[in-house]
Amino acid sequence: MQAAHRLGFVLLLTPLLLWLSLLILIPHVDMFLVSLRERVGVGEYATSLANYRSFIDEPLYLWTFARTAVMSVMATALTLLIGFPVAYYIAKMARGRVRSALFLLCLVPFWVSELVRTFGWMILLRETGLFSSLLQWAGLVDGPVEMLYNDVAIMVGLVYTSMLFMVVPLVTTLDSLDDSVIEAGYDLGGSGPSILREIVIPHAMPGIVSGSIVVFMLSLGNYLTPIMLGGKDSLWFTELIYSQFIVRFNWELGAAFGFMLLILSSVIVWGTLRLTGQTLEKTMG
Amino acid sequence: MKTTSNQVTLATAIAGLLALSQPAAAETLRLLTWGGYAPENVVAKFEEETGHSVEVTLSNNEEMIAKLRATGGGGFDLAQPSQDRIAGPQAEFGIYKPIDLSKIDASQFIPSMLEATKANTTVDGNVYGVPHVWGTSGLVLNTAEAGMVKDYTDLCAPEVAGKVSYRLRRPTLIGFAFSMGMDPFAAYGDEAAYTEIMEKVEAKLIECKPNVKAYWSGGDELMNLMRSGEAVAAMAWDTGGWKLNEDNADVTFVAPTSGALGWIDTFVLPAKGSADDAAYDWINFVMRPEVSAMITEAAGNFTASKGADEFASDELKAKYQASFPPEAVDNIKWYPPVPAGLEVIEGGVLDRVKAAN
Repeated sequence: MQAAHRLGFVLLLTPLLLWLSLLILIPHVDMFLVSLRERVGVGEYATSLANYRSFIDEPLYLWTFARTAVMSVMATALTLLIGFPVAYYIAKMARGRVRSALFLLCLVPFWVSELVRTFGWMILLRETGLFSSLLQWAGLVDGPVEMLYNDVAIMVGLVYTSMLFMVVPLVTTLDSLDDSVIEAGYDLGGSGPSILREIVIPHAMPGIVSGSIVVFMLSLGNYLTPIMLGGKDSLWFTELIYSQFIVRFNWELGAAFGFMLLILSSVIVWGTLRLTGQTLEKTMG
Repeated sequence: MKTTSNQVTLATAIAGLLALSQPAAAETLRLLTWGGYAPENVVAKFEEETGHSVEVTLSNNEEMIAKLRATGGGGFDLAQPSQDRIAGPQAEFGIYKPIDLSKIDASQFIPSMLEATKANTTVDGNVYGVPHVWGTSGLVLNTAEAGMVKDYTDLCAPEVAGKVSYRLRRPTLIGFAFSMGMDPFAAYGDEAAYTEIMEKVEAKLIECKPNVKAYWSGGDELMNLMRSGEAVAAMAWDTGGWKLNEDNADVTFVAPTSGALGWIDTFVLPAKGSADDAAYDWINFVMRPEVSAMITEAAGNFTASKGADEFASDELKAKYQASFPPEAVDNIKWYPPVPAGLEVIEGGVLDRVKAAN
């Protein structure tokens, strides 16, 4: 009996362990080792911290690093601002068929690939595109307006790409909020804003935090949107990693960049959790 | 004329015999190549004739090398990087294997091109590449609006402000260096001198930045910019200009006065390729003049196959002659092999240009 139990336990554990070690642990260890190599001659390498040093010494890398982090945080905040009312309407106000239809509408853009969605935005925003033509037709502007190739375009793309991942956890948590609690709030003389502040947001906190973590990670690691919508000044950290690996054949520096990105995202997520007084256990499960 | 065509027929017959005399084991050829280099009609003809099957993966120079490096030269049986990107990566990463020249029908190649490629791809006495498709990069202009652009540095002129596009990649650096009167190729072997040239180019590109509409990264992006008229002058490949010429007669490829940059894409055998016979069969097959002409039709570029231009369409020949008067052909700057390590210098320059305000 005991042995059978043990066998079952081992069998259940094996897939998890294989997953963790083969797909997560080993690649990261290998990446870390690569990031510690320095090219000293043709095909010759020595162990050193040179890659991390060049990351710290070059202001451009630090600047891009900071820029990517700040823009991802902004994208997350914007997504939350836009996503919260949407989620609240879907969870609390819409009923029956309207509710499913609205939910579906959030989902539909994700049936096409990210590339196609981004191309869609390019068609809308470009100088000869739809928005520019509409504005000219309405007589609001004299000449064509360029809305593509700047940081605002990147922001629009990022928010659009990650909206679903904010709305879904928010709808789930708001759904579990009993309507009678809100009614009680009104009965006790609360106003709209105070009920939002005292009842709705505290209840939705786990959803807000988990949605924000997902959106932040997606934005930070996004490659396609910043590349395609961004302008001539718009550097994104993943772009640097890609060009080190593929264009420059400099895997060592690319691996170091990858590790810095991993550390950055972990620190920011940890910081946010501490700041909001949430724990990972509470938000994830 | 008669003798050439006889020779060609003979060469074709020999190649055919060679293909037949080999053990008829059908293999799968995993080909890593560029768009247009392995059109469907050519693949179908090859499969029918030899019994091998072909799996085509489309890529570009950097990705080809990155892919082969990741597997130590495995996963593909034949690849087509440019000739300047063979010796460096081979010395550094050992991702190719030497080509057995006795298995290649040299009579099908334009001799000067074959010799030049062999010389450029030799590492430790072994030859690693044979030429396939060649072409140039230079200026793609809307001649009605940007007729004053004659050279790369003219892209920074006020007449085309805000309507210029180029790539932030090494051809741009090299082109600007030539246009500014320097010779980056001569400085390839000397890191200090090369760094100095690149610093001047960096300053120029930063100064030129306000003129740029967007840095293009993919061919489609450039096509859209030029077609919509949002950009009127760009740095691009000859075929891109000729393709746009079909839609808008004003747009075409112009060889800059400092010289178009010439590249040759080659055939190389990845170190762990497992279908060498099929790879050699493919090389001998596509170098036949009539097959090469089919590839020229699809890719828009000419090949190193001897006698293939006779099969090329008159339309393409006319465009080529318009873009390349004889003196422009002599002025083409062919890329010499890139020594390992230069990419790091160039990379720093490109990053700083992109980040500059």
